[in-house]
Amino acid sequence: MPRNNKPDVFRLIFIFVGGLILLFIIAPIAGIFLNTSAGDFLKTGLDKEVRSSIWLTLWTSMAGTLLLSIAAIPFSYLMARKDFPFKSIILAIIDIPVIIPHSAAGIAILGVLAPNSFIGKFAAKLGISFIGNPIGIMIAMAFVSIPFLINSAKNGFEAVPERLEKAALSLGASRSRVFFSISLPLAYRSIITGLVMMWARGLSEFGAVIIVAYNPMITPVLIYQRFTAFGLKYARPVAAVFILVVLVIFMILRFISREKRNA
Amino acid sequence: MLELKDISKKLDTFTLRKTSFAVEKGEYFILLGESGVGKTVILEIIAGLIKPDTGSVLKNQTDLGNLSLKNRGIGLVYQDQALFPNMTVRENIAFPMKARSLSRDAIQSKLEELARKMGISDILNQSTTTLSIGQAQRTALARTLSSDPEILLLDEPLSSLDVQAKSELRKLLREINKNGQTIIHVTHDYEEAIALGSSIAVMENGSISQVGSPDDVFHHPKSEFIARFTGIKNFFRGELLHDETQTKAFLSDTAKLYVMTDNPPSKGFLIIDGEDVTISNEQTRTSARNSFKGIITGIEKVRVGIEIIIESEIKISAHISKSSLTTLDLYQGKEVWASFKASAARFIKE
Repeated sequence: MPRNNKPDVFRLIFIFVGGLILLFIIAPIAGIFLNTSAGDFLKTGLDKEVRSSIWLTLWTSMAGTLLLSIAAIPFSYLMARKDFPFKSIILAIIDIPVIIPHSAAGIAILGVLAPNSFIGKFAAKLGISFIGNPIGIMIAMAFVSIPFLINSAKNGFEAVPERLEKAALSLGASRSRVFFSISLPLAYRSIITGLVMMWARGLSEFGAVIIVAYNPMITPVLIYQRFTAFGLKYARPVAAVFILVVLVIFMILRFISREKRNA
Repeated sequence: MLELKDISKKLDTFTLRKTSFAVEKGEYFILLGESGVGKTVILEIIAGLIKPDTGSVLKNQTDLGNLSLKNRGIGLVYQDQALFPNMTVRENIAFPMKARSLSRDAIQSKLEELARKMGISDILNQSTTTLSIGQAQRTALARTLSSDPEILLLDEPLSSLDVQAKSELRKLLREINKNGQTIIHVTHDYEEAIALGSSIAVMENGSISQVGSPDDVFHHPKSEFIARFTGIKNFFRGELLHDETQTKAFLSDTAKLYVMTDNPPSKGFLIIDGEDVTISNEQTRTSARNSFKGIITGIEKVRVGIEIIIESEIKISAHISKSSLTTLDLYQGKEVWASFKASAARFIKE
């Protein structure tokens, strides 16, 4: 059957270019691990500075994600459900952190949090300084990563048929009951995806964080510091350990969300 | 009890114009019309899901426009059920009761009662995504009834059901209505209207063209839509008698007719399409089991062909061609025979 030959060649080309793209992603990462000896890996894993920086990175990004989700999820719902004048402008504003250079984002945040700014002065009165503080790190990470949560949650809410919400309302449910028992559970998957993406984006942030807080050092900053001070050989094991930790966490998250799906 | 006053609504696809009608307590009110004439929009306006551009909806003289959805006392069963996919059948039915913070015991006992009535006790723990359309329809009905609506709105509840499920659900709806539930039922199927409705409103082109009893609406149609079903005029209330064979006798108030049906003896309606009625000048021997001598009392041009009305023991409407009119030399006052086969008659159980 000659008709089948053409699509096969076509498909082979697609598989080939697909393989190239995969290689493009995997090869540099694999290179990091292949060039790190087991001894270096173990020594770095036990290095107190490395461990505390990984811990700091994980919890600041996680805390920023969870704290801001309290407001971001209702906001996403609003953006999914309501139409109003200039909505497209607001949607564009949400995407700004993604499109501006992250160093610029860092400068912008620094302007707001610096000790001589309004917020900085106010915080100083309470005895808090954002600069060089985990709170500053958290804010910088959340700033660059929040569009991922808002957009994903918004897509999730948009996929919930509005008729179901209306049906629930006409069955006597209050707006909050409708939100918590219909909208939120049905948009659950997209919200979780958004949270994971926001967290992942936050913990890999470098540009904005280094401007707001060089110290205490999150791992992306530590990798950079070791690279500039000692060179590739010393930066690589840190990168390897951090990548491994992050990969393991995300594999577990994936596994859990898959379990849920089958349940 | 429920009154719509001059309701208008302009939507993308069509316009609802100055619609008014009233529904009494305990009534089974049918909104009959082709699809796309705005029947669903009327239901959604009554339920409060859509705001009308003009006009008002009154329930017991109270304007519903000022009430929130939950306080309207109106329950809507959607055509596609709109069951909550993240909940089981049980949770769906319990939803309105939980929203009103009923006690656990109250919810439990009412839930069981409703499930028994609807015949869905055995599927309570199933996910709603696994139900047949008939089961989903019953679940949706139970869910809406559990909110104790004063008025139950049904959007095409019998469409997309098979014959068996249709007749069972029809029976169920009639029972619910007999227990005092006011129902407004939207359909495009005139048999449904005849079988269920105590009042029928006919909708066409975005407004209501006629409201009345089934007799009024079908025997004295004011609308093109009804007039098009000429045969619909031949419907007779009566009783199907017992017979071992499939051809059974049907007794109306004034005549005995024969119908081919599997139905057991019961009260109901007989419908014969006007297209199936044959007119002759003399009694002829044919396979038609039903044959009546009568007098022509009306000859009317309809969209296609001619409609002849014959008065005999029963009033029969026949749909014939123009050429038959001249060939048979038919005129008002002439005595003719009207006949139709037992297989052309359809019995609808009450």
